[in-house]
Amino acid sequence: MFDFSEDQINRYSRHILLQDVGVEGQLKIAQGKVLIIGAGGLGAPVALYLAAAGVGTIGIVDGDVVDLSNLQRQVIHFTPDVNRPKVDSAKEKINLINPDVNVITYKEFLTSENALDIIKDYDFVVDGTDNFPVKFLINDACVMAGKPFSHGGILRFEGQTMTYVPGSACYRCLFHMPPPPNAVPTCSQAGVLGAIAGMLGTIQAAETLKYLTGVGELLTNRLLTFNAKTMDFRKIKTHRREDCPICGKNPTITTLVDYEQAVCDLKDRH
Amino acid sequence: MIMATHKLDITNEHCPMTFVKTKLKLAQIAKGDRLEVLLLEGEPLQNVPKSATEQGFQVLEVKQIDGPVYQVTIQK
Repeated sequence: MFDFSEDQINRYSRHILLQDVGVEGQLKIAQGKVLIIGAGGLGAPVALYLAAAGVGTIGIVDGDVVDLSNLQRQVIHFTPDVNRPKVDSAKEKINLINPDVNVITYKEFLTSENALDIIKDYDFVVDGTDNFPVKFLINDACVMAGKPFSHGGILRFEGQTMTYVPGSACYRCLFHMPPPPNAVPTCSQAGVLGAIAGMLGTIQAAETLKYLTGVGELLTNRLLTFNAKTMDFRKIKTHRREDCPICGKNPTITTLVDYEQAVCDLKDRH
Repeated sequence: MIMATHKLDITNEHCPMTFVKTKLKLAQIAKGDRLEVLLLEGEPLQNVPKSATEQGFQVLEVKQIDGPVYQVTIQK
């Protein structure tokens, strides 16, 4: 069972030293399978830290290619990666950090058609996407499949995150429906301070490692929000709703749906 | 219940690998078993027993073996 090599013992020594992680926790991390949806602002720090932590299998879903405008915050992609598929660029960096990680890439966007099939092999899912339709899709797919996940969203100087495990409040318990297309700007329209992506993504990475090791208390039934202008962090208590359309007593949503996207997001996705 | 005694030599290790190696060995032995750790005076002698105690292990004995070499007995 304790078959870490000398190099691995050295590499993970700062985890092994932690009382709550130790050798046993590092083994759980090594056996963990995490799916990151979106290899962008949030997915980049999540992937880098989970790779460094030694997560055994990391899946990455993204159908996009690296754009020069991504590099201001998507720190897993470098200047020579412009025009390369994001999943290829991310996989290369993950394995440069840690060759122990088995990386599985999905060069496609998550849809109602492929979502359940992609998430089924993973222990934990990280939402690193930038639009509401797919955030609701991730929530619905994870609730249906009984998969824990970390929700994350950033805009301008602000971020929010929550963690779902079966039985806790889901994203739809808090936010019933996606806002109408174009009602809320995405970060591609409104702008975002690059470092916010790192702040929120590393919180999501920490939640993932907490889930895998069983350490501490997850951000379940709480929504963490922060505003980097004032550096105010808030935790808002949330509750599972009995009338939630997906996780409530009588769910009205029984199949996955693709909500309409804002027009300017769609045109980026040729 | 028979409690076994295990041995570990970390006289060639440096901080923090001294305690990393100790934790690895402690993870492999059964609860109640004892681990006799050979270590050097100075930093290892100061930190390994302290860290072991902080992380919930019991330090039963610290004794000088030969010059700078000490033996710390830890119970899991």
